[in-house]
Amino acid sequence: MSSPEKLVYMANQIGKFFVTQGRATDRDQSKAVAAIAEHIRKFWEPRMRNAIFAHLEAGGVGLDPAVRAAIERLKAEVAPA
Amino acid sequence: MSLVTEIDYGTPKAKADKTVALTIDGRAVVVPEGTSIMRAAMEMGTQIPKLCATDMVDAFGSCRLCLVEIEGRAGTPASCTTPVAPGMVVRTQTDRLKTIRKGVMELYISDHPLDCLTCSANGDCELQDMAGAVGLRDVRYGYDGEKRANPGKDESNPYFTYDPSKCIVCSRCVRACEEVQGTFALTIAGRGFGSVVSPGMQESFLGSECVSCGACVQACPTATLNEKSVIEIGTPEHSVVTTCAYCGVGCSFKAEMRGDELVRMVPYKDGKANRGHSCVKGRFAWGYATHKERVLKPMIRTKVSDPWREVSWDEALAHAASEFKRIQATYGKGSVGGITSSRCTNEETFLVQKLIRAGFGNNNVDTCARVCHSPTGYGLATTFGTSAGTQDFDSVEHSDVVMIIGANPTDGHPVFASRLKKRLRQGAKLIVVDPRRTDIVRSAHVEAAHHLPLQPGTNVAVLTALAHVVVTEGLVDETFVRERCEWDAFQDWAEFVSLPQNSPEAVALVSGVPAQTIRDAARLYAVGGNGAIYYGLGVTEHSQGSTTVMAIANLAMATGNIGRPGVGVNPLRGQNNVQGACDMGSFPHELSGYRHISGDATRELFESLWNVTLEKEPGLRIPNMLDAAVEGSFKGIYIQGEDILQSDPDTHHVAAGLAAMECVVVQDLFLNETANYAHVFLPGSTFLEKDGTFTNAERRIQRVRKVMEPKNGYADWQITVLLAKALGFDMHYDHPSQIMDEIAQLTPTFTGVSYAKLDELGSVQWPCNDKMPFGTPVMHMDGFVRGKGKFVVTEYIATDERTGPRFPLLLTTGRILSQYNVGAQTRRTENSVWHAEDRLEIHPHDAEQRGVRDGDWVKLQSRAGETSLRALITDRVAPGVVYTTFHHPDTQANVITTDFTDWATNCPEYKVTAVQIAVSNGPSRWQEDYNEFARQSRRIAPAEAAE
Repeated sequence: MSSPEKLVYMANQIGKFFVTQGRATDRDQSKAVAAIAEHIRKFWEPRMRNAIFAHLEAGGVGLDPAVRAAIERLKAEVAPA
Repeated sequence: MSLVTEIDYGTPKAKADKTVALTIDGRAVVVPEGTSIMRAAMEMGTQIPKLCATDMVDAFGSCRLCLVEIEGRAGTPASCTTPVAPGMVVRTQTDRLKTIRKGVMELYISDHPLDCLTCSANGDCELQDMAGAVGLRDVRYGYDGEKRANPGKDESNPYFTYDPSKCIVCSRCVRACEEVQGTFALTIAGRGFGSVVSPGMQESFLGSECVSCGACVQACPTATLNEKSVIEIGTPEHSVVTTCAYCGVGCSFKAEMRGDELVRMVPYKDGKANRGHSCVKGRFAWGYATHKERVLKPMIRTKVSDPWREVSWDEALAHAASEFKRIQATYGKGSVGGITSSRCTNEETFLVQKLIRAGFGNNNVDTCARVCHSPTGYGLATTFGTSAGTQDFDSVEHSDVVMIIGANPTDGHPVFASRLKKRLRQGAKLIVVDPRRTDIVRSAHVEAAHHLPLQPGTNVAVLTALAHVVVTEGLVDETFVRERCEWDAFQDWAEFVSLPQNSPEAVALVSGVPAQTIRDAARLYAVGGNGAIYYGLGVTEHSQGSTTVMAIANLAMATGNIGRPGVGVNPLRGQNNVQGACDMGSFPHELSGYRHISGDATRELFESLWNVTLEKEPGLRIPNMLDAAVEGSFKGIYIQGEDILQSDPDTHHVAAGLAAMECVVVQDLFLNETANYAHVFLPGSTFLEKDGTFTNAERRIQRVRKVMEPKNGYADWQITVLLAKALGFDMHYDHPSQIMDEIAQLTPTFTGVSYAKLDELGSVQWPCNDKMPFGTPVMHMDGFVRGKGKFVVTEYIATDERTGPRFPLLLTTGRILSQYNVGAQTRRTENSVWHAEDRLEIHPHDAEQRGVRDGDWVKLQSRAGETSLRALITDRVAPGVVYTTFHHPDTQANVITTDFTDWATNCPEYKVTAVQIAVSNGPSRWQEDYNEFARQSRRIAPAEAAE
């Protein structure tokens, strides 16, 4: 389901939005991680999530730091369908 | 059945709260202040004879037929131009008036052709009616006098004729063009008896600025301007009120019929979206319903390289069902899905998503809103709490400042544009944020106070800069924000927008919009009175589409422009039922009423009624489906009324996805481009052939009423029911009203909606429930749906689609007035005389650099693909920007667009594609190959001879 490169790109796009939220001078990384995970949980079909989990297990090349953390968190929360 | 006749009150309704009491013909009458005597008389049931007056335009006072006598006043004033006054005593019928009126009619008739029996308006002519009304029995001047100047009948417009010999120079057409449509294409040329209606500078209608909206034809009291369909068929004998199936304005029409033949579509004055007006598409472009290319029989084939084979409905449905079952058995439950249509009714859309969720057992359902307004859903839900525009269209009458962002309403939403232009002529100010100098920027009696011609892709930067000015110059409506919004989030946002990188001076460098223009526009919007924002796909179809929607919402909240008439945030929806398709649960992650599929209580509600267990995980979106198809895990799709091959981005990828599927079922009127890759074709029905509802851009739910039997045998909702049954999921309805009852039962914002209520009220705007039983014209009046409005930080992140040496220009795409979406309907009408092909708009500077002359064929190339089309050199586009429409499959503009999408919703980034152009000598090799493939794919095997 979707090439890893495409999913990584999409996930990073999501990440780029959420890491900018909150106070400009004091951004809360943990909130961004939670929001990225929640967005992917709400909108990605399980095959897409499983593919990004597999990519993470394979090293997670290309994932931005907050996105990587979000996918790790999501992976821990949601058993692969 | 009979014709639905609407009373013509002669002059527009006065809107004053104060009333005036007077006496007309001895009867007491009370009307709003400012009402004309003519209208006051009509409201009590007395029709004063008239010719130049009609209630769609202001009084003119030229025909001298509507004279009355008023006690205490000298003479016989015209009742159309004389307002009522307290205690006024009016006589509408006296010997003196009768004599004058008869004399006036004698003069009219003396120079009018008396070919009534063969006249196309025979029986539908106000001149004829008035001759009868005044008791004209003879004409003292004879009938052989000099006739009016007759430069000849103009038949250039494909839909109506202009016969000057029938003209009484009442100027109703001229005034309708000015006041109703706002185009000012008509005038009266000449003087005295030689006066004649003139399109432009005495040009033909087709060659003039006329936009063929038909307001002049509707206003004409004689056969001077008459529909060609009436001339050919005759006058209609019954009519049915229904809703247009084109854009998201949702115009109400009377479909006027003779038997089961449609004679003409006449805008319905009681229609609350259009108030009696229409555009060239809705009024005239319905010929596709009987076009020779319409397919009326189901067809199947094994491979897309095979010719189609006509089969019975039973065989087609059984084949489709068996293929879907086989695929699911082989590849898994999630290997199939479907797409609902924003051109179909709410009821049909609801049934398709029901079939997929309950019949297929997965949530792989999506809708074409994915590729247009899905960011509106995300953005407005996040900030306001619900996915819809905040106002009704009437609201614009109360606006003082209107900001249009990424929308071209004169082309895309022309009837709303006419209402907007009327307000602008009254003095409201206009701000346009658009890379192109669209018609609304400067047209007759309308000129934007500020045009921000930004570089495509910089919406977020410009909107944030507007917010920077609002915050840093102290223009925030702090009372509103403190009362209505989350204060902490506001402070975070205010701090962010105040940063130097968001200043107009900094943003000018990336957007190309002068800093002073940004500052002036921000000040005007913030303090110019009621500020309203209307936006279109130029906002949503970007990699930051959702962010842009939230930036718009931020701006409206910061300035207190939410929650009352005249303000608000208003997405102009592209297709007729985009709003409805979204409302009905067409997105893979949510059920009707925008409730996430993971919500146990919501899911259980549907499960108990449908008697199934629903999947709780979100399904695939359209682009995800295509990706999955290419990669082998998605094998079958049911597409109702959409043409994703032509409308979706990156045509090569869409084609690859469709080609990889084992069962593509297309339900449509025509063998569209997607059907070239289909294995089953189910012929669809037109909006004239079914009952249902559409929901327009102002959340207005309106009835679609059947005026003829489906030529294909079934309405689209019936076809979905039959397919579901073939799949083993039985859902039974006798009428679409029962489907709406089910929607109301399951959807909190629709609980008060029923066909009975719609028939009674004409329409309602959701939310329509116990709290708001008559609907909700303006949302967020007493608070946001989510409680407190939420400000969201909108950092500008440049798209990765960048210009460079190989692709130095930016392509943006859009639509044109006469064509609609992929053109499947409008290309099969006479509308093609205005737009027979897609053209590439290019600035003279860019054209000269490349040696391109106007009309030359040019190759348009991006990293996704290439096509060829002819150039149109214009300074409407800025240097560095080119523009085209996507209405014609011969061009396939989406072979150029890329797979970049909005970060939140995967809405494609249609509006920014880096391209290069070069002179070419005709269609590209790919176009020629595709056309040959399409021709082969559309072959239909000859029917076998009966034994």
